[in-house]
Amino acid sequence: MKPLSLFFKFPTLKPDVHVGDRLFSFVVQALALTFIGLFCAMAFVIFLNSWPAFSEFGLSFFTNSVWNNWKQEFGVLSLIYGTVVSSILALLIAVPVSLALALFLNELAPRWLAVSLGFIVEMLAAIPSIIYGLWGVFILAPFLRNHVQSFLSEHLGHLPLFSGPYYGIGMMCGGLILAIMIIPTISSICKEVFRTIPHANKEAVLSLGTTRWEMFKVAILKGSFSGIVGAVVLGFGRAFGETMAVTMVIGNKIALSPSLFAPSQTMASVLATQYAEADTKLHLSSLTAVGFTLFIVSLLFNSLAMFLVWKMKKQLKG
Amino acid sequence: MLSLKLKNTFSLCWILFFGLTCISCFPNKTQKSLLINGAGASFPYILYSKWLLEYRRVNPAVAINYQSIGSGGGIRQFITGTLDFGGTDIPVSKEDIKSTKKEILHIPTTLGAVALTYNLSLNGKKQLRLTAGILSQIFRGKVTVWNDPQLKKLNPDINLPQQDIVVIYRADGSGTTSFFTEYLSLLSKDFLNDVGKGKSVPWPVGVGGKGNEGVMGLVNKIQGAIAYIGVSYAVSQKLPMAAIKNKSGQFIKPSLQSIKSAANQVMQSNKSYTASLINIQGKNSYPLAGFTYIIIAKKMPEKKGKALVNFLKWSLSQGQKFSEPLHFISLPNIVVQSALQKLSQVEFE
Repeated sequence: MKPLSLFFKFPTLKPDVHVGDRLFSFVVQALALTFIGLFCAMAFVIFLNSWPAFSEFGLSFFTNSVWNNWKQEFGVLSLIYGTVVSSILALLIAVPVSLALALFLNELAPRWLAVSLGFIVEMLAAIPSIIYGLWGVFILAPFLRNHVQSFLSEHLGHLPLFSGPYYGIGMMCGGLILAIMIIPTISSICKEVFRTIPHANKEAVLSLGTTRWEMFKVAILKGSFSGIVGAVVLGFGRAFGETMAVTMVIGNKIALSPSLFAPSQTMASVLATQYAEADTKLHLSSLTAVGFTLFIVSLLFNSLAMFLVWKMKKQLKG
Repeated sequence: MLSLKLKNTFSLCWILFFGLTCISCFPNKTQKSLLINGAGASFPYILYSKWLLEYRRVNPAVAINYQSIGSGGGIRQFITGTLDFGGTDIPVSKEDIKSTKKEILHIPTTLGAVALTYNLSLNGKKQLRLTAGILSQIFRGKVTVWNDPQLKKLNPDINLPQQDIVVIYRADGSGTTSFFTEYLSLLSKDFLNDVGKGKSVPWPVGVGGKGNEGVMGLVNKIQGAIAYIGVSYAVSQKLPMAAIKNKSGQFIKPSLQSIKSAANQVMQSNKSYTASLINIQGKNSYPLAGFTYIIIAKKMPEKKGKALVNFLKWSLSQGQKFSEPLHFISLPNIVVQSALQKLSQVEFE
């Protein structure tokens, strides 16, 4: 019996005759189904618990940027903004760096350097996020405040992006910390993806008289587009859900501000800071609704990435 | 060869698995002790851990757990019945009391207070003086520089720098925020309207840190910062603390005497330790003090209940001597007597 045959038609090449084969296929499918079930159960329970907030505020829960415990008014917009902007900021920094790093390690660096540098970069992924957070508070934030933000504020202060008072702590610091945290993820996957490009392809491009950069562009980057998107999605997912390090450096202020200097707040971080001491039903339910929103928003972004890959593949074929 | 080895490994795993299962099914009878679970406020966690450790020596037959999950979580889990006792910095609200059939008793365990700390390079050991009025304006973003005329007037002997004030607040819900906003809301209508009170409020200005340690980290790193912080934490970290104007018009620094004085005052005037200590009268009372409580049910099963009551009695008497070395403030005698009387009301079933 196959549990999944309820949903899919399996290509029947040869009927399973061996008991072991049938048992194996049953166990594997049951495990796969468990995960789908787990996902649905999680979504359902989170939705059920956030229902009081949704029914109280309706759609305005998503369009309201006020999060006021005292007046019991909750809206998730500034949290979505904080989460998305900090993650995108992290990607803007991390993606070019990671791609360059992966190309350098695979194609340009001498072997001894590639091995040791690659090892160090992967080590970065193993550092606990609280260490990043502490480093952010005690080293990065004061550095940003004294050297970067003071400079930007003086020369580019008229732009809304760099307006307002600066504390070191804030959106900019949060984005930077996230970028550093996701670089190892993105670069190590990209490295593996680039490695799968056959030498023949690269040589073929080079034989047309291209420069090395053109070869990178045509043979490697274009050829591994879907792999790169996969890596970016993984990095984005990590940045999206990162809690501890962000909480420590982003300033924890629930408000919309266009300035990168301003303190902000993310969805994961508000859960970490407020859930333990939430005392009213509406507050608790609103926090659960934030969790649900996080679920939905990350699902949306992942689907967007998958759509992008699908479209790109279609374009390449056509 | 290989398959043989693999088989051996597998069988070893099975033997280990069954062995461990058998062992865990037959626990060692001699080490069995009564388990009592509690959780709640994080502020007294260090003191409670010390008590639990010491009490284990006094009465090895009872094992008590306390997890620092926050007052809100403590009350919630106590009401739903997952805990034998809860810890909270604020008396349980009327709605929460209504929502449960249990009759809840509050037992005070220690005293705390909120201190105002700052990062200013003041010459010498001069003490910053603040009032509720000026604090309300600073924390609403109305007073934004340290050499504001109002601050200068309060502190004529300090040469206040021309520096921006950076407000630091607790980002996580906490009793500390609750105390502080309760105090400011009581004395400033504008604060109540603009910000409100509670464990986490929408601060109009400033930067948030998570926990006392997060707030301290920010204060240490940002020149011109001002923050409210638990007094035991401020003392243990040797942070500067401002003197606050109390109801009698005196500028009082948080100290053992001034906080105990506030506790004595509340017992004299209200006869109850669940009444608010905030802005209490008395010439020497610090206006930002409060008790922290353990909450228990009035009716408890006999075995567990007796063990818990005995522990609480111990903590109110012998336990108090551990408070001060850990920068907590021991309860005045009048409060201890009242709490012991409350404990005598517990009924066992």
